[in-house]
Amino acid sequence: MATEGLHENETLASLKSEAESLKGKLEEERAKLRDVELHQVAERVEALGQFVMKTRRTLKGHGNKVLCMDWCKDKRRIVSSSQDGKVIVWDSFTTNKEHAVTMPCTWVMACAYAPSGCAIACGGLDNKCSVYPLTFDKNENMAAKKKSVAMHTNYLSACSFTNSDMQILTASGDGTCALWDVESGQLLQSFHGHGADVLCLDLAPSETGNTFVSGGCDKKAMVWDMRSGQCVQAFETHESDINSVRYYPSGDAFASGSDDATCRLYDLRADREVAIYSKESIIFGASSVDFSLSGRLLFAGYNDYTINVWDVLKGSRVSILFGHENRVSTLRVSPDGTAFCSGSWDHTLRVWA
Amino acid sequence: MAAGPAPPPGSPRAQMPHLRKMERVVVSMQDPDQGVKMRSQRLLVTVIPHAVTGSDVVQWLAQKFCVSEEEALHLGAVLVQHGYIYPLRDPRSLMLRPDETPYRFQVRLGGAAIYLAKKNIRKRGTLVDYEKDCYDRLHKKINHVWDLVLMQAREQLRAAKQRRKGDRLVIECQEQTYWLVNRPPPGAPSVLEQGPGRGSCAASRVLMTKSADFYKREIEYCRRALGRTRVKSSVCLEAYLSFCSQHRPHDPLVSGCLPSNPWISDNDTYWVMNAPTVAAPTKLRVERWGFSFRELLEDPVGRAHFTDFLGKEFSGENLSFWEACEELRYGAQAQVPTLVEAVYEQFLAPGAARWVNIDSRTMEQTLEGLRQPHRYVLDDAQLHIYMLMKKDSYPRFLKSDTYKGLLAEAGIPLETKRRVFPFMWRPRHSSPSPALLPTPVELTAACGPGGGDGVA
Repeated sequence: MATEGLHENETLASLKSEAESLKGKLEEERAKLRDVELHQVAERVEALGQFVMKTRRTLKGHGNKVLCMDWCKDKRRIVSSSQDGKVIVWDSFTTNKEHAVTMPCTWVMACAYAPSGCAIACGGLDNKCSVYPLTFDKNENMAAKKKSVAMHTNYLSACSFTNSDMQILTASGDGTCALWDVESGQLLQSFHGHGADVLCLDLAPSETGNTFVSGGCDKKAMVWDMRSGQCVQAFETHESDINSVRYYPSGDAFASGSDDATCRLYDLRADREVAIYSKESIIFGASSVDFSLSGRLLFAGYNDYTINVWDVLKGSRVSILFGHENRVSTLRVSPDGTAFCSGSWDHTLRVWA
Repeated sequence: MAAGPAPPPGSPRAQMPHLRKMERVVVSMQDPDQGVKMRSQRLLVTVIPHAVTGSDVVQWLAQKFCVSEEEALHLGAVLVQHGYIYPLRDPRSLMLRPDETPYRFQVRLGGAAIYLAKKNIRKRGTLVDYEKDCYDRLHKKINHVWDLVLMQAREQLRAAKQRRKGDRLVIECQEQTYWLVNRPPPGAPSVLEQGPGRGSCAASRVLMTKSADFYKREIEYCRRALGRTRVKSSVCLEAYLSFCSQHRPHDPLVSGCLPSNPWISDNDTYWVMNAPTVAAPTKLRVERWGFSFRELLEDPVGRAHFTDFLGKEFSGENLSFWEACEELRYGAQAQVPTLVEAVYEQFLAPGAARWVNIDSRTMEQTLEGLRQPHRYVLDDAQLHIYMLMKKDSYPRFLKSDTYKGLLAEAGIPLETKRRVFPFMWRPRHSSPSPALLPTPVELTAACGPGGGDGVA
């Protein structure tokens, strides 16, 4: 009996050292191709002009912290969710509310608009992701047609439709991501590998449309193959929870925002971190990030109520936007890149341009 | 109180990185040589030593971090809101005023229990409701050291009676700040509020004990990663430069958009002109079709023109096949067998009406896979056809008269002049919600008869 225990310990130790040495080799391989840095290459790029961005719309109507938002493909409608369970669909151009539903749970941390514009998905502390078809029929109660799709064993932190209304990708505090068939609620694929809560995800804008990236409390950003469920690439350079991940428009890289007050850019072909966006005066975590249409600008919302605008190529901070009166919890650029929307714990959403 | 499970006290999760960073800033602010200038501040008739003015704090932060005064003021305000700096005047509002208002640095944090106990003793048990709740809860929590708390409270009160008026005022402000930060009155926002507890899930607890499985997975991942090809940084980074510069004129937030940005001008003409299906696409839009095959396919107008072009070349079945495969991949699970069958009949079966030309090996593998249909069974065939179109048909399309004609015809909108009288109210047009419209005609309806061939 005693020898068996000893044997197990030795195997564990040797596995650990093997893993460590392989990781070291991987770092070496990555470093070999590191012939230049982004800011060096970007020296010959024209500097951006003065930036004047203002709040163009303020959406008031949530009675509590706004936690998440998503744009409709029509470039003007948005869906937003809050701590008190309310999910609202707005025409943000006119600021009219078009639909509202109250979820049976608090802290609705995830919401998404379906590609057709005919449904929304949301979830949070109920550990589920539910789909609501949007109806204009006055006689119909939106909550009546609700479809319960995803079931996790801890809170839902993020959700996104794939290329159609019929599939949803979810991320959860239970440490996994999952792909679901909306109609049947069937689990199509699950993704295991994060060592702690998964907080965010983003689908890759690729030609073959097969991968997505997720970020978690284990400080890792992981890229997954949707077909096989395998992790194809992982990056671990952040010093704290990763709150948000977003692909660069070409699909060759993605940005992340973390509680360590930095945003970082990871290149998928070079297989390494290529830029850090940080400043000594920025102390609070970045909660959400998104790129402008050309990928030149990175907008990041922070827990100190501000939004910082970064020059992706040169690495410098182009502008700081004040306005929100509490944490910025969510931020997305509109589908045609004419504006971006931020949601905050101050109960409001703002559209900036 | 915050919803969801709270982190256990003292756990690493509770040590948020921003608190440590703020502490470091505050420490450097108090540096005798490099820190903020300390002086004695006169407050009515009392003199308070070791105080700083709001404007000095703002100047110091602006210089230290090379930021604007607006940003320095914001950063300073955050430090005050968290109680690291407290006001000596009007301690009820935790604001940073960029003027002669005096502030001091918080020396000790903690002692909510002592504060409450002192208040209780002083006011002889007349605490406000929510204070009483906290007092009772604290009492329960630290019952075993409650005698110690009471003793400290009594001692401090005794000492306070003997202290100079100046010190008493300072201590009062200190404690008032502490109270405002850590136990704000109901309804007031708390800077210390966190979202639902993270890291409380079973996954983190289990994996914290790094098991053999965990290492085996890491080893497997590393082996696979080592086998992967990587690209030189210079190549990857150059790609960003060219992507950014190519797309720059198309980025409204960087280059503006014509006739105007709807959000700025309240005029939605830009959206009308760039609607998904429009008879006359703008020049920028037609240009984008030339950036990549993906951009062409993603634009409904671009795709329609490409479909017509393929029809003329008698290779329309390729795009239809690709669209059918997309429908399968992203369709409902229940539809999978039906869709696979339909695709086989139309595109792959020998003698099929719209037979696609795939290489024999891929065809063989695909037909083999069709025995057990699943949503990814056509992936290889789909990729083959996609690459065929991308490498062959697409470049020809860009060189074709059709495309060149479209490019020449496409117009550049005139800029809308800014409104001369900004106070003239302009109604914002609403648009019909996509949810109101009848089910949009899907471009992926390839399984219908003669879809997209352009044949009359």
